[in-house]
Amino acid sequence: MVERRPALTLITHLLLLLGVMVVAFPVYLAWVASTHTASTIAQSMPLPLWPGAHGLDNYALALLGGVGESGSRYPATLPMLGVSLASALIIALGKIAISLLSAFAIVYFRFPMRQLVFWMVFVTLMLPVEVRIGPTYQVVADLGLLNTYAGLTVPLIASATATFLLRQFFLTVPDELVEAARIDGAGPMRFFRDVLLPLSATPMAALFVIQFIYGWNQYLWPLLVTTDESMYPIVLGIKRLIAGEVYTDWNIVMAVTLLAMLPPAVVVIGMQKWFVKGLVDTEK
Amino acid sequence: MAGIQLRGLVKRYGQGAHAVPVLHGIDASVHDGEFVVIVGPSGCGKSTLLRMVAGLEEITEGEVQIGERVVNELEPAERDIAMVFQNYALYPHMTVFDNMAYGLKIARVPRDEIRARVDKAAAILELGGLLHRKPRELSGGQRQRVAMGRAIVRQPQVFLFDEPLSNLDAKLRAQTRLEIQTLHRELGITSLFVTHDQVEAMTLAQRMLVMNGGRMEQFGTPQEVYEQPASTFVASFIGSPPMNLLQQARGVPQGRILGVRPEHLRLSAQIDGNGWVARVNAQEMLGAERLLYLRLGDESVIVRLDEATPVPPIGSEVQVTPRADRLHWFDAATGLRGEEPA
Repeated sequence: MVERRPALTLITHLLLLLGVMVVAFPVYLAWVASTHTASTIAQSMPLPLWPGAHGLDNYALALLGGVGESGSRYPATLPMLGVSLASALIIALGKIAISLLSAFAIVYFRFPMRQLVFWMVFVTLMLPVEVRIGPTYQVVADLGLLNTYAGLTVPLIASATATFLLRQFFLTVPDELVEAARIDGAGPMRFFRDVLLPLSATPMAALFVIQFIYGWNQYLWPLLVTTDESMYPIVLGIKRLIAGEVYTDWNIVMAVTLLAMLPPAVVVIGMQKWFVKGLVDTEK
Repeated sequence: MAGIQLRGLVKRYGQGAHAVPVLHGIDASVHDGEFVVIVGPSGCGKSTLLRMVAGLEEITEGEVQIGERVVNELEPAERDIAMVFQNYALYPHMTVFDNMAYGLKIARVPRDEIRARVDKAAAILELGGLLHRKPRELSGGQRQRVAMGRAIVRQPQVFLFDEPLSNLDAKLRAQTRLEIQTLHRELGITSLFVTHDQVEAMTLAQRMLVMNGGRMEQFGTPQEVYEQPASTFVASFIGSPPMNLLQQARGVPQGRILGVRPEHLRLSAQIDGNGWVARVNAQEMLGAERLLYLRLGDESVIVRLDEATPVPPIGSEVQVTPRADRLHWFDAATGLRGEEPA
């Protein structure tokens, strides 16, 4: 703020508070709902605003599975969280690894048709998984990768976004640094490992956050390639809690939802500093 | 220890009819242990020349020989050279120690020896207390010294400097200039130093290579270059203020150019017909001396006066006489130095 007026400060803070409330209230409500019994939620109008006493029971049921009040069976969430975590990590790290190498090739090597290759990578931005889902499914099915981690992650790993972001970052690395490394006798891969990689720490962290959440939120693709319940990621699990059953235990649904939000939230909060630095920082 | 031979060096960018020539054939021989400054205006190809010696730029035609080896086909790391860059090019994520040691680590020099060499270089450059800092925690002058340290620890046959002082402020530049001189005296390593600053060139060089438009104009000691410039370009580029180049003054024959340095012109208020008559246009006070800008016919003339000489009023007419033993004659068509006209 350039101006320093108490009234202005007050208003901006009020606005911020309002914004926080708009965003946080539904989450709070979900948490409150996850601490009551299913019947309390079903019968009270409006929803209770203060937490109840059944939180631990509900979360235990959500995590480990069991029979709800309504008599419906709930699968354990814990393995689904595991599947989600594993595939989100594989997708995020895989994307970073592949994009690092392709951006390195595009920026630092003069191979024939370099521009063409770059544009081909770039054009895949227009072909996300949803567009090419039929053929991709065919390929994965033919390779026998249904219900495997490979099938769940590999088709999502190739990433033009990450390649492009890293390319832009590499372009800002001064040429003199490359030349100094050449004079010091560092070959291309040595330069990559000793100089480029450590310098790319912040953009890599930013990419990790973005891609982890991308991987975590996948719904359509896992829906197609997984049929075995043990390979369901959490997002599918939430969907299945609501569909099909006659009566829904909303307290359990809310508990599962909050559990599903937890890992991405931890990643974002934990890496927030790096994330912002990676997208903003230009210090070389 | 090694000398450097440049033989018919040509550099062109692009190929065929669209090729852009940058260097037109440079022949020069740098002796073992010599400090040679390559100087010229922006875009004259001096950095390209240095980078061709370093191996960072491909050689279109000609040969670069360092010591006994023709190095055209060698990678920079194999040429036994070290380079100091204009922006220092320190690895930002490494400490000062690691920056200096990196090349040695790659060359698989034993750890103890790396330690010893870095410590020695740090002692010479007074970087002892800074070895564990990162480059961003250093001042410009300190970074510059780290860049030199990185060059020193490699114990190369040749040092290459690419305008290493241009990012320093004036005071630090003068000081670093002296340090580089001292360093060269102590280590005695053959050095090529590129700069566009003629003061830097004059003070540092044992011999200087003056370049213009991709050609070598003159290669000689600073004194030779100053006292006997090989062309009008050298005459006007070296020396501040530049040499006066006169074509129309009385006594200058057709097709010739007369060059006189500003300090070799005498001024007198009496006009007795023994010199040129000029009108005073402006004056500049530089402390120990003054510069007087005169108008002589259609040409302008700069005269350097010491502080004792009274300054004639602006607009007045004065007589200027060149010192007869300090005249430089050039051919007007080629710009090259020639004999005194009969």
